[in-house]
Amino acid sequence: MEPIIETQKLTHIYSVGTPFEHTALHEVDFCAYPGEILGLIGHTGSGKSSLIQHLNGLLKPTSGKVLFEGKDIWADPKQIREIRFQVGLVFQYPEYQLFEETVYKDIAFGPRNMKLSDEEVDQRVRAAADWVDLPESVLNRSPFELSGGQKRRAAIAGVLAMRPKVLILDEPTAGLDPRGRENILDTIRRIHREQGTTILLVSHSMDEIARSVDRLYVVNDGMLPYHGTPGEVFAHGTQLREMGLDIPKVTQVAQQLHRMGIPVDANVYTMEDAVRSILALQGKGDGLC
Amino acid sequence: MAEQLSFAYTGADGVAPVVFKDLDLTVEQGSFVAILGHNGCGKSTLAKHMNGILLPSGGKMYVAGMDTREEALLQEIRRTVGMVFQNPDNQIISSIVEEDVAFAPENLGVAPEEIRRRVDAALDAVGMRAYALHAPHLLSGGQKQRIAIAGVLAMQPRCIVLDEPTAMLDPVGREEVLHTIRRLNREQGVTVVLITHHMDEAAQADRLIVMNEGQIIADGAPKAVFCHVELLQSVGLTVPETVGLLYELRQAGLDVPLDALSVEECAAAIAAAL
Repeated sequence: MEPIIETQKLTHIYSVGTPFEHTALHEVDFCAYPGEILGLIGHTGSGKSSLIQHLNGLLKPTSGKVLFEGKDIWADPKQIREIRFQVGLVFQYPEYQLFEETVYKDIAFGPRNMKLSDEEVDQRVRAAADWVDLPESVLNRSPFELSGGQKRRAAIAGVLAMRPKVLILDEPTAGLDPRGRENILDTIRRIHREQGTTILLVSHSMDEIARSVDRLYVVNDGMLPYHGTPGEVFAHGTQLREMGLDIPKVTQVAQQLHRMGIPVDANVYTMEDAVRSILALQGKGDGLC
Repeated sequence: MAEQLSFAYTGADGVAPVVFKDLDLTVEQGSFVAILGHNGCGKSTLAKHMNGILLPSGGKMYVAGMDTREEALLQEIRRTVGMVFQNPDNQIISSIVEEDVAFAPENLGVAPEEIRRRVDAALDAVGMRAYALHAPHLLSGGQKQRIAIAGVLAMQPRCIVLDEPTAMLDPVGREEVLHTIRRLNREQGVTVVLITHHMDEAAQADRLIVMNEGQIIADGAPKAVFCHVELLQSVGLTVPETVGLLYELRQAGLDVPLDALSVEECAAAIAAAL
């Protein structure tokens, strides 16, 4: 399969030629395939934000390339606007970026910039609100009257209304309570399922990543040391800890059991797999501990 | 003198709907209490009553025996209970770390030599002395939040109330802040009330209070409270992953206890049951 987004030896250096020169990304090769849910993990300052800002052309590579559907996005800098419609980026705490008088106008901002007809804009605003579970009744209210979770949904709807092929979400559940977190993740999974949107999820929560993604990349020190399925990546527990990252708690328990000489699968990373793996041993435990 | 925050509150503040009704709560001096609850359950409203930012519309709130409705006592109450909020960027006012920390004692009219001593001690307590002359906006989120805590410490409060202090931080920043809070509680005997959404943080307190719709629905040692898996789930909360795993195993018929919070305890409990 052809990647939908790819980077080739992507390097980004901030403030080149000044005492503050800093290499944020170093020869990064990243790719996302159409229709997958991809995770991106890395501690603050690892280069994650720099990487995602390249994927929709907010940052320009110092060297190397960013390809969207096989084409260099900077081949014609005038076309970069088009890329921003195709690759939607939802920043951290996107609710701080709501600014219009009504929720409707806020969601309509993106599609209007795309110079779509009024009917098309209207249709997209209502569809996007529906995807994120915002009731019609809030569309004419000020975004500032909404609850925290609703504001975040409104901000995500504003990006969805552009119908991007790729949706990048930077810490979409940060600061929400457990129910709010689960609701947002459900919404993202539904958009993926129903719209076929390629999703790139940036998160600090390994438990959340483990449950949600098909594949993930680890960002550390401007490079991508590990990528693969969650099982493949979390197998590098020790190295991930050295990078200031964690592995899911259930994986830690499984690895601890393994160290204790109990033959569970040490590469489980979801609750269901852990339960299954442990129960499979039931009754065979005699003499093991 | 025991610091007692006992609280019974009826009705609404201003135009807001009734947040809690007839709530009673006592926080012991020197304890580390975590409060859990989903958004809108009344945790933050309760926190803001603890140093008189909000006043009860019914019932009474006492801080170290002082009624928060006595206006003359308000300054003393705020000196007794310091508050730290969610967003570090909203709490820092100066362009130099040590000036920011000195802000409160300056306002309280503390003598300059004493301010110097308190600022140094507060920065030591949060492990940020080396950054005394740095600009706060260049620090990480976790460092900024520790500066905000130092700013509160410089008032020498007996109690600190932290309202989701780690919600905007990454895992490293969260651990820095939690480590600081635990140390203040253990080494300096500061009473800590920590409001959080993170089960792992709540698990580190001596006492855990769960709120729902303005009511306390569970109160006890974290291990005991987290055993009530169904109750917590019914109010939109989760349990730590370790307890969740034990719960699922128990549901499937494996005889494991639920009160194992750490990875090691959890693994040992499973090994014993196999």
